[in-house]
Amino acid sequence: MAEKRHIFSILVDNKPGVLSGIVGLFSGRGYNIESLCVAETNEPDVSRITMVSIGAKPVIEQIKKQLYKLINVIKVNDLTETEYVQRELILIKVTAKQDQRAEILRIVDIFRGKIVDVGFEHYTIEVTGPVEKLAAILKMLKPMGIKDVARTGNIALPRNL
Amino acid sequence: MEFTGAQILMKVLKEEGVDTIFGYPGGAVIDLYDELGRTDINHILVRHEQGAVHAADGYARASGKTGVCLVTSGPGATNTVTGIASAYSDSIPVVVITGQVPSKLIGNDAFQEVDIVGITRPCTKHNYLVKDIKDLAYIVKEAFYIAASGRPGPVLIDIPKDLTVALAKYEVPDKIELKSYNPTYQPNVKQLQKVVQLIQKAKKPVIFAGGGIILSKASEQLTTLAKRSSIPVTGSLMGLGGFPGTDSLWLGMLGMHGTYRANMAVSEADLLIAVGVRFDDRVTGKLDEFAANATIVQIDIDPTSIHKNIPVSVPVVGDAKISLEILNQLIEKQGFKDIETQRKPWLDTIYNWKKETPLTYKQTDIIKPQFVVEQLYEVTNGEAIITTEVGQNQMWAAQYYHLSKPNHWITSGGLGVMGFGLPAAIGAQVACPDKTVVDIAGDGSIQMNSQELATAVQYGLPVKIVILNNRFLGMVRQWQELFYDKRYSHTKMEHAPDFIKLAEAYGAVGLRTEKPSEVKDVLKKGLSIPKTVIMEFIVDREESVYPMVPAGAPITQMLLV
Ligand SMILES: Cc1ncc(C[n+]2csc(CCOP(=O)(O)OP(=O)(O)O)c2C)c(N)n1
Repeated sequence: MAEKRHIFSILVDNKPGVLSGIVGLFSGRGYNIESLCVAETNEPDVSRITMVSIGAKPVIEQIKKQLYKLINVIKVNDLTETEYVQRELILIKVTAKQDQRAEILRIVDIFRGKIVDVGFEHYTIEVTGPVEKLAAILKMLKPMGIKDVARTGNIALPRNL
Repeated sequence: MEFTGAQILMKVLKEEGVDTIFGYPGGAVIDLYDELGRTDINHILVRHEQGAVHAADGYARASGKTGVCLVTSGPGATNTVTGIASAYSDSIPVVVITGQVPSKLIGNDAFQEVDIVGITRPCTKHNYLVKDIKDLAYIVKEAFYIAASGRPGPVLIDIPKDLTVALAKYEVPDKIELKSYNPTYQPNVKQLQKVVQLIQKAKKPVIFAGGGIILSKASEQLTTLAKRSSIPVTGSLMGLGGFPGTDSLWLGMLGMHGTYRANMAVSEADLLIAVGVRFDDRVTGKLDEFAANATIVQIDIDPTSIHKNIPVSVPVVGDAKISLEILNQLIEKQGFKDIETQRKPWLDTIYNWKKETPLTYKQTDIIKPQFVVEQLYEVTNGEAIITTEVGQNQMWAAQYYHLSKPNHWITSGGLGVMGFGLPAAIGAQVACPDKTVVDIAGDGSIQMNSQELATAVQYGLPVKIVILNNRFLGMVRQWQELFYDKRYSHTKMEHAPDFIKLAEAYGAVGLRTEKPSEVKDVLKKGLSIPKTVIMEFIVDREESVYPMVPAGAPITQMLLV
């Protein structure tokens, strides 16, 4: 069966050990985690975990049910089944010699990014967007020499009116 | 008015109706024990914390209530892990209370500190580290609610020592409601209506009943369904006793050591109604050939059990008892006519399978282990509570002690823990003081927790231990015989204690025979002594359990005697 990428938006009680329970479930049962992002929601006692996983349909179904089975999991949404918006933030430290700087600035501009730090030999760039956009800017900057990258992992919310 | 943590814990336990705790004291729980000593809660001092959890498990299964354990931090806590994992696999409600080092030492690698909450996260239904004395009462109450509701399971509460003497008001909610936990008891009636139609149409239906029948106390409803609709019933190891083992509709156990007729019936069935089962690999054998001709209905309170291993046509999420009750009502309304005539060819086929290929063995001049179990069945009128160890002894008990009542069969099914049977028998005997409780054991397994003989004797618990002594780790030897060219690598148990002397050393009674002609007398004598008794039977060393489906083969591929 074909494996697909799924984005789970999981609401959980904001308590110690809850994240560990979820991560343990994934490792214990051999499910994939591609990325994971956790923070409070507008209700301080509820956190949202956005988790990207890859699997065939029956596995994804099991993941969803197993997540629900954890006592501190309140709601599980497989966003891939609905319309949703997703964003990820990336910080890229790229080599920026004098003669490359103009080109880098142009690329950053096109991707609506920002330079957030400058050194004698580098820029640190901040960009947000869906995964594809981040992949594209990384590709454009690669020839300049990427020194380091930090990404937040995906966050997402369903679209509705 | 304020109370100490210890007092608060005892108050909630009393409110939850706890009358017995299985435990072992230590530094981190010394204040809890001090308070426990002032209550009228019965405490059974085991000899190893693993035994405490198995005993609580046995107590829970025999009584239908939640079992409770109390142990100290560090090694006390880690010793419970096997017991907890077994209860988790078998969905048994147990609350385990562990002491923890004082709050300010947590994380410091303090003396007897372990992260038991981290260790047991994957084998508990839920667990807690209590961080604030104000939370203690509701956490304990919530733990009992979670352990026993939905698909039951073990819950662990880790209490730091300082909290046991800290003070707080006694405040508990009347009712526990959790926004993130709300098991579905009521089934979807439309789904059940489909099941009625399927039952009416089916030519070769089979019911497959599991531990869920016992846990939800649905035996009566199951029996009604089977009889009213003339549907033969098979069971998983955990489901034994959920349907009368002497009924003509009973097929025997399914799976690796299932009966010929059960395995054949499921393979040929056109409708399989699975209730409270999770399709363990020991039951299904090769997945794609399991019940390949059947429309499968699955009723289970745990949605993760459905579609997990076997694709299901009609899933029903709900409590087994409620679901079967509704199903029975719908069937009454429908008013099946002539269902018996319709089923006759199918029941005839099954009868022939049973006649041609029954469970069998040949008694010679050496005692056959099956013979001992059969004799035990006769001598006890099939009414004893049976616990088992793990291995061949467990399978022969399942095959030849035709269990007929729920809560009379206590075995470590999912995890298969050697050393389970004796402490579980102790728990069952505490729950049912007037019943005969027998641990059917192997000579290997009994040595894993034989220290609990001391517990049984200390509390005057007349548990009976039947050792089928083959001087082998029999089940492993059987695999070596069948699949490893008889290379018996490290399965010979040439040296064992003299079990009669062992019994006597603990203040119990020991009996032994190697003669088939004496089996019945030894059983009768042992059962009549109102004390802890070991009855040792020197059995045929290389007897094997049949039928046997090799691991991973389809269940129709049975090795027969
Ligand atoms: C704690 C534990 N260790 C190892 C095993 C693996 N195992 C399964 S059956 C078995 C042999 C049991 O021997 P015995 O208790 O003598 O019973 P028999 O099979 O001979 O009846 C073993 C070693 C197990 N189930 N549990």
